[in-house]
This record gives sequence, structure tokens and C-alpha cells, in this order.
Amino acid sequence: MIKKARPIIGILALQGDFEAHKRAVEGAGGDPVEVRTKSDLDHIDGLIIPGGESTTMLKMLAEEDLFEPLRQFGRVKPVFGTCAGAILLAKEVLNPPQNSLQLMDLVVERNAYGRQIDSRIAHLEFGGEPLEAVFIRAPVIRKAGGDSHVLVSYNGDPVLVEQGRHMASTFHPELAGGAAIHRFFVEKVSSSGKRKIA
Amino acid sequence: MNFLNEQFRLKVGLAEMLKGGVIMDVVNAEQAVIAEKAGACAVMALERVPADIRKEGGVARMSNISVIREIMRSVSIPVMAKVRIGHFTEARILEVLGVDYIDESEVLTPADEEHHVAKHDFKVPFVCGARNLGEALRRVAEGAAMIRTKGEAGSGNIVEAVRHIRTIVKEMKQLTVLGKEELVHEAKNLQAPLELVEYVAEHGKLPTPNFSAGGIATPADAALVMQLGAEAVFVGSGIFKSSDPEKRAKAIVKAATFYKDPVKLLEASEELGDAMPGLDIAKLPEGELMQTRGW
Repeated sequence: MIKKARPIIGILALQGDFEAHKRAVEGAGGDPVEVRTKSDLDHIDGLIIPGGESTTMLKMLAEEDLFEPLRQFGRVKPVFGTCAGAILLAKEVLNPPQNSLQLMDLVVERNAYGRQIDSRIAHLEFGGEPLEAVFIRAPVIRKAGGDSHVLVSYNGDPVLVEQGRHMASTFHPELAGGAAIHRFFVEKVSSSGKRKIA
Repeated sequence: MNFLNEQFRLKVGLAEMLKGGVIMDVVNAEQAVIAEKAGACAVMALERVPADIRKEGGVARMSNISVIREIMRSVSIPVMAKVRIGHFTEARILEVLGVDYIDESEVLTPADEEHHVAKHDFKVPFVCGARNLGEALRRVAEGAAMIRTKGEAGSGNIVEAVRHIRTIVKEMKQLTVLGKEELVHEAKNLQAPLELVEYVAEHGKLPTPNFSAGGIATPADAALVMQLGAEAVFVGSGIFKSSDPEKRAKAIVKAATFYKDPVKLLEASEELGDAMPGLDIAKLPEGELMQTRGW
């Protein structure tokens, strides 16, 4: 009998809410590990870039020589970015313009709803189930181009997008109760990798 | 329960985003830009850093609004600002201004010696200082969405920050092994609401993130308090009172991420220039301690 191994999901742990993602990945059938160095990338099947401050993460990616290795990783394996992570995955970043990994065909505007007092929880739907979308100083996806596919929208803007093996959300599924979105990503990782054990 | 409603979760949510990061004290936009470039996850606007407040004396109040506004315009990371303990009007002003977090801080001269701000009434989140679990839970009961250990601000001496984080972590651990009736007794001892004491007993942690502040001057200091259980650090005078603020800021950011990795901490500690001068807490007169402000 062939049994699928639990995929190993790396969580970029330079700064941000990586602990919350670890708990969510566990609940979604994946094995979470923290990623802080290049060599940590060698042993994972997929990567989550968490919420946090995108400028801080960007500085550290450069400082720790992680920027190119992450881009390379994204060329062969799935990456899921939430909030700051979505900003890092985008092709183009506005307000202010900043560097990014350019792994998804997205144009993302930072802090587009305003400041913390404009943060909000929206009650949306994903795959026919209720979805609690927690937006914290969230960005807005101004354009989802190429072969990207919008999975969830809020106020007419895409908030959960997939493109090929990658995913991005402007809200924080790791801060809500349900595990549906993490399960979706873990399944994506399982089906894109061929890692199976007898 | 107030501490589980949507508004409170959003306030805690922003604190979650700051974890593993460094929040830096700045007194003007120029310093804020240096902090952001060095990798700060947020900046704290105040009129003077604690070391100067300590030296110059006088009443320390909320910062000049035009300075805070300029800082908010200059950086894209969250901007926090301090209000005096109990000064709910300063807090209302900062809420309208749109700062991302308010620090009801013992570093400023208290406005009220008996009451802290009723923080659930605000849409903007608050962080408060604490020296022990009881104090932390009283602040959470009032609506604080982030706790930071007080340490002794402006001292450049880590000893008080260590004492406070160790105390809170130990007190939390102790609650996890107690029975229901013992928790009622502990709530009485801690002078904190039973529902929050029960939360800590069940989860082994506060209902909010727990950061550290007050005396962090080196990358090693930052890593020390994080190994002891702090989830992020505030650095006040430690950066802009050192001989090379930019370099020190970067080094402390690195230390907050790699706090468990001595090789990376060695890298972060190289060629830093001089740290801020430190004070011996034991030689400070009682009246000059900032940590005893608030209860």
C-alpha cells in the first residue's frame, strides 16, 4: 500500500506571525518547520511566507543571502504568501514601490485600506464554506494577471489568488479558526511533489 | 468575554505581525527612516528617549503631534506613540491622528496615579508595561492587546528586563499545574480577573503577545530576553544613544531573528562601536525608577 507522507511545509521565520502558521499547518495535515537560512530550504516541500512587515523581511532576505535562493525555490516548489508574504510574491509593489520575489503575476498596493484603525474582519466564503478573513493593515491586489486565478474576492478586489503552484492572500487565514485554506495549500504541495513513501 | 471579540482580535493581530521583530524608539522622522532601513518592524515616536528624560528631568508628555505626523508620513511600517499613564485624552488625540499602536507608558510622567486608561473603549490598540503576571493581566483586563515587560527604561542595563520576563514566565508556568479552586485563590493573590487567570492556566501564556523592553542595549541583550520567552523587543535609548545607530539597529534586528543561533549572534556582535553608557540600578534613588509607575 502506498501511503502519502505528510508534506514538510517550511515557514519563513525571519519576522512575523510564523508561529500562528505553524499551528495552522499542523491542523491542515502538514509538518511545519521554521526556515531562516538557505540550507533550511533543502528539506521542505513547500514554503509559507507569513504576515509581518514586508520591509523587515526584505532587508533580512538581502542581508542573509536568501533572496535568490527563495526565487529559485519558487521556480520548482509551491509558495504561499499571506499579507506581507503576498507583497513579497508580487511582480510589482506600490505605496511605496519596493523589491519583490516576482513569483506571481500580481500588482500589490501596500497598506491600501489605511492604518491599523482600518483593519477589519470580513465574513466571506471559500469553497462553499464560511470564511473569516482577518485583514491587518492589509495590502490590496490591484491586478491579478497572467494565468492567475482569483479564488476569493472582497469589495471587488481579489484577496485569495492562485497561480500555478503558488498562492497569495491579503488576509490572514492563520489568525482565523478554520484550516480550509491551509489544507488547500498542503494538498497543492502534496500533489505538486512526488514525495511518497511505501 | 471582551478579550475574544473581533475588535480585540484585530488589535492582537497587529501585535502578532510584530513578533520576532524590533520596535525602535525615534524622536524624529530622520531617525524613523534610519530605523526602517535597518529593518525595524515598527517605530515608537516619543519626544525624548528615556535616557534623556532621565537626565533632563521635568514632565515628559505625549510627543509633539507634527513630529508624529511627519514620522507617519516618512515610513511605511507601523508607527506607535506614547501617552502618559491614565491620560485618556492624549490617547483620543493619537487615535484620531491614526497611529497604529499606543503605548501607555511609565517612561512618561504619569497623569493619573490610580487609574490606567480604559482601553477597550478605543479602536486603536494599546501596549502596556508590566513587571509581573498580576500587573500584565490587569492591563489586559483594561484592554491592552500587547504586554511588554517594563525593565528599567533608559538605563542601558538589562537586569530589570530579565527579572520581569523571568517573573512573568515563571508565574504563568505555576498556574498551569493548579486546580480550579487554587486558581480562584491565585486570582486573589495576583489581583487579576479569574477569567484571565484561567486562560493563562489553560494555555500557559498570556491572551496577548508578550514583548520585552527597558534596558536592551546590545544584540546579546535582545537574544537573551527572547530566549527567556519574550516574543519581540522594544529598544529605546539603546540605538540612538550608541556610537553607530544604523549598524547597531541592524545588528539587533538580526539578533531578534537568530536569537537561538550563537554563530549568527557573533556575526551580529562584530564591529558595533560603543553601546550606550549603562546605569547601576542599585544606585538609582527610588524616586528615579520608572518601572514603579503604574500598578
